[in-house]
Amino acid sequence: MKPDAANLPYRLPPKMFDARCRACWFAAGLLVLIGASFWSLDLQWMQFLSLDAARSMGRFIGEFFPPDLSAPFVKKVAIGAAETLAMSLLGTLLAAAAGLALALPASRLHDGARARARAPTRLLLNALRAIPELVWAALLLISAGLGPFAGTLALALHTTGVLGRLFAESIENAPPGPAFALRAQGVGPLRVFCYATLPQVLPQLMSYTLYRWENNIRAAAVLGVVGAGGLGALLSFHMGLFQMGKTATILAAMLLMVAFVDGLSYAARRWMTR
Amino acid sequence: MNSAATRPELRDPAWLGRVFWLLAALVLLWPLTVATEFRPWVLLEPANLRISGRFIGSFFPPVLNGEFLAMVLRETWRTVAIATAGITLALVIAVPMALLSVRVLSISALPGRMARGPFWCRQVVRWTLMVLRSVPELVWALVFVRVVGLGPTAGVLAIALTYGGMLGKVYAEILESGETQPTETLLRNGSGRLQAFFYGLLPQNAAELSSYTVYRWECAIRSSVVLGFVGAGGLGQQLDVSMKMFNGGEVATMLLVFIALVALADRVSAGLRRGLG
Repeated sequence: MKPDAANLPYRLPPKMFDARCRACWFAAGLLVLIGASFWSLDLQWMQFLSLDAARSMGRFIGEFFPPDLSAPFVKKVAIGAAETLAMSLLGTLLAAAAGLALALPASRLHDGARARARAPTRLLLNALRAIPELVWAALLLISAGLGPFAGTLALALHTTGVLGRLFAESIENAPPGPAFALRAQGVGPLRVFCYATLPQVLPQLMSYTLYRWENNIRAAAVLGVVGAGGLGALLSFHMGLFQMGKTATILAAMLLMVAFVDGLSYAARRWMTR
Repeated sequence: MNSAATRPELRDPAWLGRVFWLLAALVLLWPLTVATEFRPWVLLEPANLRISGRFIGSFFPPVLNGEFLAMVLRETWRTVAIATAGITLALVIAVPMALLSVRVLSISALPGRMARGPFWCRQVVRWTLMVLRSVPELVWALVFVRVVGLGPTAGVLAIALTYGGMLGKVYAEILESGETQPTETLLRNGSGRLQAFFYGLLPQNAAELSSYTVYRWECAIRSSVVLGFVGAGGLGQQLDVSMKMFNGGEVATMLLVFIALVALADRVSAGLRRGLG
């Protein structure tokens, strides 16, 4: 150990780029990724920012007005919105049931369990989760036909993946005491789950399900774009026919629905955490 | 199982209530199944079964020739690039908006009530962010495809607007949820708002802010695939084309690539977030 010098030698400030500095490499990599992204996509800014585009954008927005507010059409939109809500609710409920059924094999219920099915079930859940609702809907159209049924199943499949994994995690993290006590008495695994583990994790499972329902309402609104019912189907139909007044009404309905759900969940969260 | 019948202490005392609520829930579910045309037996009709059987059967073997794989790889990069460019532009929207809407950085609010001008400015910014994020990115993309034509520009803009709204709102929330004492002290002692932000607010929230951004980047990759379905380019568009041509082999390959991509993004983002702490 060298004794401290009486006068500390003047030090140079640290170099801007140090080969050992991980943050520097990370930042450089990030910049390269961003640069490469912008460079490789042939983005047509000129076309977008030109006067011509501004004019066509203005005309496009101008066509939205006045929105079509005639009674029969508003009724049609209301039915579409109700269909969207029903799709999201039923899809979420199906997913909660299926997710719970898959979460059991996907979790190690106690330390001694072999849990042979854990890895394959988790793989299945990940695959279900990785494919977005819209892709599921497009795939399911082939066997379920056009309409809200395909959309409901698509929501249910994707959400099963998400909820199954969340459920499995909360089941594994539940305090093991009550389950151990029942198992030590010789109670079977199903009843141990129903009377010890499930009551402990149920509030958490409910809150996950509610959270996913909120997400699914938003997702269900656009699923119709590929032909799976709800507001999205109306949107793509009228937009395809360039009926901009009607499109504006549907967009407004979508916005209202999403804002309403947002406000409701915000209020509920405030109320629950208070 | 017969032990419950013979040993009353093992009987569930609440079974009557449980059965009742289960039945009530089933009755309430009925209108839902009508509204969504929920008819699972449609899937099992012979004609439908034959078509879906043929489609799923054509998944094997997945198409693996070099030309197709090169195309899939190129489109995968486009998907990632659309997400990255979109998130970058979203940051350009979100960071200034978040700074404008944070209440902690208000000088006029220091003695008590905020002055009327700044209050309404913040309110307007908040409403703008809300409108931006309540329009789903798919709808933005549909609109932009009309204006700028098919191609990645529409996808990048759609992601930029929706995610700008989301990031802006969440950034403001994160900045306000932390400890505000240091920032307030700086402001009270006469530092500027940007100085107060950089030396008071940012250091304690930097990790959370960047980890949320990484998480949103992962989400953006997922949604850029979906945007391809309305013509914004990338993996989704090719998937749509192959699906419409009932080319099961190509669909299978692209689904596998897609699952791998999402898993990779998941892994990368989890690793980065762990690194950020």
